[in-house]
Amino acid sequence: MSLRISTAPHMHNPLTTQRLMQFVFIALLPTAAWGVYAFGFQALLVLCLSMASSVLAEFLWQKIAKQPVRIGDYSALVTGLILGLNLPATAPWWMVIIGAFFAIMIVKQLFGGLGDNFLNPALAARAVLLASWPVHMTASACVNPTFFQAGVDAVSTATPLGASGNYTLMQLFLGQCPGAIGEVSKAAILVGLLFLLVTKVISWRIPVIMTASVFCCTMLISGATPEAALAAVLSGGVLFGAVFMATDYVTSPITPWGQVVYAAVIGLIITLIRQFGSYPEGVTYGILLMNIATPLIDRLPRKIYGVKKEAKKA
Amino acid sequence: MSEKKSVGTVFFNGIIPENPTFRLVLGTCPTLAVTTSVLNGLGMGAAATFVLVCSNIAISLLRKFIPDQVRIPAFIVVICTFVTMVQLLMKAFLPALDESLGIFIPLIVVNCIILARAEAFASKNGPVLSAADGLGMGIGFTLALTLMGAIRELIGNGSVFGFNLLGASYEPMLLIVLASGGFLTFGLLMGLVNLAVKKFESKHAKKEAQAA
Repeated sequence: MSLRISTAPHMHNPLTTQRLMQFVFIALLPTAAWGVYAFGFQALLVLCLSMASSVLAEFLWQKIAKQPVRIGDYSALVTGLILGLNLPATAPWWMVIIGAFFAIMIVKQLFGGLGDNFLNPALAARAVLLASWPVHMTASACVNPTFFQAGVDAVSTATPLGASGNYTLMQLFLGQCPGAIGEVSKAAILVGLLFLLVTKVISWRIPVIMTASVFCCTMLISGATPEAALAAVLSGGVLFGAVFMATDYVTSPITPWGQVVYAAVIGLIITLIRQFGSYPEGVTYGILLMNIATPLIDRLPRKIYGVKKEAKKA
Repeated sequence: MSEKKSVGTVFFNGIIPENPTFRLVLGTCPTLAVTTSVLNGLGMGAAATFVLVCSNIAISLLRKFIPDQVRIPAFIVVICTFVTMVQLLMKAFLPALDESLGIFIPLIVVNCIILARAEAFASKNGPVLSAADGLGMGIGFTLALTLMGAIRELIGNGSVFGFNLLGASYEPMLLIVLASGGFLTFGLLMGLVNLAVKKFESKHAKKEAQAA
């Protein structure tokens, strides 16, 4: 008999990985559906290609490394979908495939597979693609012009951040703005968030605090009006990142207070990069940096039950 | 040092079994910094090899005269001499390479491979063995740098030695020639080399066990 030894905390959760991933997949569907509706058939192709190549990458790796093939746990499928939603609809096919293989093979499997990756695979792949092919990553077709307004030309900024003030809060909220496939419609993301909260897949802490942190930091750092700060929250990938990527179990802190610190600092980094950095958007780097800090946050002092506080005199 | 070493083993030791880049993880700084193209990797490797062989011989000859307490400063002075020679020669005959390697040529002075070989080998062995050690280590370093440079130039620029191999339609993966791409390539190559060596060693051990 072989005993499986794992490190603390040993928490019981009735949800299996498979079930969990199914829930996340379902929660992603509204925003995916909006993306396909808004950006057209092209977006559907990007999403399908990304999912297919992620699953294929996982399958190939586990075959080559002679590990049990676990593509049935849906985790590669979810990674593929999140990656696809992080890409613009105009992404060329080879870029999608490279991203998916990088996410699964290098970010996830090389570090030991699901549960041992220290970065969010989809997000790390996005960062790699952004550094490698910035032109493809920041070009974005505008929302289906025939549906919303006649005569809107394609705007080539990744997010409305590059051309702020061009979109009303309502347009930003509903997703009538350019951006990556999954990040445009905040309404659809909130539907997904609601689903995840009801099924208790994630807690409210990270998404709410991260969003609030972006709001407060934008007001404090750039002295923006509440409306402008709200626009900052609704533009770019803040909500998508807060709901679907910062909440990744593997790369976010376990303790409640740890999650508070984690989410608040992500918001701060995003605002700093947006205000002072050379990139227009900082969500990717904010979350990735705090992914790296997660093991440190988990070591922050926490309450230990069953032990009386010792007097501080040594 | 009771064990008698042959020149051949000492020489090949540096190429794979104790490859300075992939097995000893020495000289990481120039490895990551200059391998953005094959030519840079090759040039850096050649310069380091020259310094390594010369300094190993010189230090080996001087090993009885260098007082133990001040051996590191003494080594550095010897290494400095050869680095200055390389630098002046490169400036005179290969100004383009000198330009692209920049600060990393003078930094060979503090290259840990050279200092490590002086300390661990040349100060304890005769000049012939030391020369073989320096040459083996130098070639191992050069091979590693050239390999990394070739991979990074091919993926990050679509070319090797400046010749475009992948055609005009290839869109280079910029990340690979950036610093993070250097770390990625380095890590992946190190993993592969170690995997190959492990496989080879376990096969070898099995054969020996069968023969015994």
